[in-house]
Amino acid sequence: MLASTLGPTPYLVLGALLFTVGATGLLVRRNPLVMFMCVELMLNAVNLTFVTFARELDDIGGQVVVFFVLVVAAVEVVVGLGIIVAIIRRQPNATADDISLMRG
Amino acid sequence: MEHLIWVIPALPLAGFLLLVAFGRRLGEPWAGWLATLMVVGSFVASVALFLVARGSRGGENHVLTQRLFTWIPAGGFRADVGLLADPLALTMCLFVTGIAALIHLYSIGYMHGDANFSKFFIFMNLFVFSMLMLVLGDNLLITFLGWEGVGACSYFLVSFWFTQEANASAGKKAFVTNRIGDVGFMAAIFFTFVSVGSIRYADLLGHASGLATTTATAIAILLFVGAVGKSAQIPLFVWLPDAMAGPTPVSALIHAATMVTAGVYLMVRINPVLAEASPWVPTLIAIIGALTAFIAATIAVAQNDIKRVLAYSTISQLGYMFLAVGSGAYVAAIFHMITHAFFKALLFLGSGSVIHGMGEEQDMRRMGALRKLMPITAITFLVGWLAIAGVPPFAGFWSKDDILLAAYHKSPLLWAIGVVTAVLTGFYMSRQVFLVFFGQARWAESDTTTGEAEQSAAGVTDDSGETSTHAEDEKVAPMVHASASTASSPTSDAGDDHHDVHPHESPWQMTLPLVVLAGLATVGGALNLPFLRRLLFLEHWLEPVVHFGEADISVATSTKLVLAALAGIGAVLGILLAVGVYLRGRGDRSKIEAPALANGWYIDSSFAAFVARPGTRFFEAVAWFDRTIIDGAVNGVAMVVRGGGDRIRTLQTGYVRNYALGVAVGAIVLVGALLSRAVF
Repeated sequence: MLASTLGPTPYLVLGALLFTVGATGLLVRRNPLVMFMCVELMLNAVNLTFVTFARELDDIGGQVVVFFVLVVAAVEVVVGLGIIVAIIRRQPNATADDISLMRG
Repeated sequence: MEHLIWVIPALPLAGFLLLVAFGRRLGEPWAGWLATLMVVGSFVASVALFLVARGSRGGENHVLTQRLFTWIPAGGFRADVGLLADPLALTMCLFVTGIAALIHLYSIGYMHGDANFSKFFIFMNLFVFSMLMLVLGDNLLITFLGWEGVGACSYFLVSFWFTQEANASAGKKAFVTNRIGDVGFMAAIFFTFVSVGSIRYADLLGHASGLATTTATAIAILLFVGAVGKSAQIPLFVWLPDAMAGPTPVSALIHAATMVTAGVYLMVRINPVLAEASPWVPTLIAIIGALTAFIAATIAVAQNDIKRVLAYSTISQLGYMFLAVGSGAYVAAIFHMITHAFFKALLFLGSGSVIHGMGEEQDMRRMGALRKLMPITAITFLVGWLAIAGVPPFAGFWSKDDILLAAYHKSPLLWAIGVVTAVLTGFYMSRQVFLVFFGQARWAESDTTTGEAEQSAAGVTDDSGETSTHAEDEKVAPMVHASASTASSPTSDAGDDHHDVHPHESPWQMTLPLVVLAGLATVGGALNLPFLRRLLFLEHWLEPVVHFGEADISVATSTKLVLAALAGIGAVLGILLAVGVYLRGRGDRSKIEAPALANGWYIDSSFAAFVARPGTRFFEAVAWFDRTIIDGAVNGVAMVVRGGGDRIRTLQTGYVRNYALGVAVGAIVLVGALLSRAVF
């Protein structure tokens, strides 16, 4: 099959690339929605790595973890999107730097 | 019936609460009658409980207990509001409520016309409640609660007429001096809990024989410190004479019959602990008691205030009780406490009747020959005099004889001090009786000597009143006008008080308690007559309480008789000396009433001087230490934490990207650490 001929390396490289894109995006962008998407990107990069290793090591545990991550991500989207929508409604064009009420 | 012990203290408490709520509306005299009724009810309840405890319900030891509720449950520590009605507590209850009822009745007459009539009875009821909690408590903490309660009431009542500076400071002095003793009491409670694991009397006294000697010694000494404060023994007796600033019924109830005997009660209560303590502890108690008895008696000889004589006499008699406790004669101590309550309350109430009849005059030098004008007061006072002097067959003879016998058994030296004190007691009490009720009537002659100066002073104040009405006299020099006004108008307002002294007998509310107490002071000795084993009623009754500690006094009957005869002769000797000096006018009075005695051996003034000079410096040093070192440490900790927080809070910028960077860097560092571990 395709997977067996290619080996795990391409998948892992892709996962690492996606994660780097997500992390960089999170650090450099100001738009809360984009930052949110970057977080999702990082989560799914990790998911890809989990699935790859699960397949490679023949361990179902990795795939189970992916399900958990998906569930948590879905929950996070519900809460996070709710907050972001509320903020954008109060203050259109708000960037992440505008939301600094928790400064000590 | 045994579940109704709570009624005894609850009735005065109810009286207190009712008077707080409705006292002003009830007014005079109904507030007083309500208070009296409550205390009478408490007395009836005590009698009923006494009969129950005597009967089969009380068991062999005549003990009734009742646990009302748990007050402080805190881990291993537990304090219940529990009542313990054993023979000792019941004895105390009976005479406390009985005498308190009589004094309440008396107060209705004595406080007549006072602006704060109902307030007086509020404090009186609260006092009776506190005193009953003190004696009925089944653990040290309840006793301490009552102990502080009676102290607070004593403070309120000593400074009852607080508009005069002296009265207010006398109350403060009583309160502060008592605090010194209370520190000892509190330390004793802590110590008891740490070493015994419980503060209940049942646990402390029941297992007293298992206590280490050092533990028992520490508890006994600390409680004795508390008793010294409350019962006005050397060196903390200085507050009691000043406490006479309060109304006379207060002096009779609190500072003669009940509160000041609380220390003796406490010592008798813990007699099993005293028995386990080192032998020097009872000896110390006996020595302190004997010295207090002697020194206070010498001071009483030279006092001119009718109440101060009785105050020093009270200190002296309390010294006798501690002498008895120290000699292991607990029954004698309680016996003397009861008879003393009878005759000293009688004497105080009698002096109050005299003061009342003389128009608030307290100086015995301005009295005399009152026996014809105040017959009931005079006769009852004479009974009290014979009782306290120890003339047989009055009550004081029997109890004092018991104490002297025990003191003789302890040490003949203590006995000698006791007998000398008995002579002095006969002397100063006779001096008082002769000055007040016999000899010349001096309230009239004092007008011509001392009244003159006061009258001219009164003329000045009278003059200032006149100048305001007659404006044209304003320029006249006040002294010239004063002499003119005294000459023209001899009846100035302030002078009236001394002109119109018409001693009169007091109303029945005041004389009835006097008569009852005189009866009790006459026959009170019947509680414990030494002729037959069967007549030793008090000794049999108290035996379950004191059998651990009571000394076994085995003295030959002939010795007993000789000792009793010597005590009686001593009393009569004192009286005869006073007859010679004060009735026949032999000897020099000024030599007897030496300044050193009149000033109480300068003990009080040396205390005052010490506290004023080096004392203040020491206390200021302590205050400085508290401010800078103790407070400094506490504040320093707070400042360090606060400063650190101020620095660290800047880390929280509120920018998401900062946090994200932190997470990223942290993740990289962690991965780097893990990799380096795996590689190297």
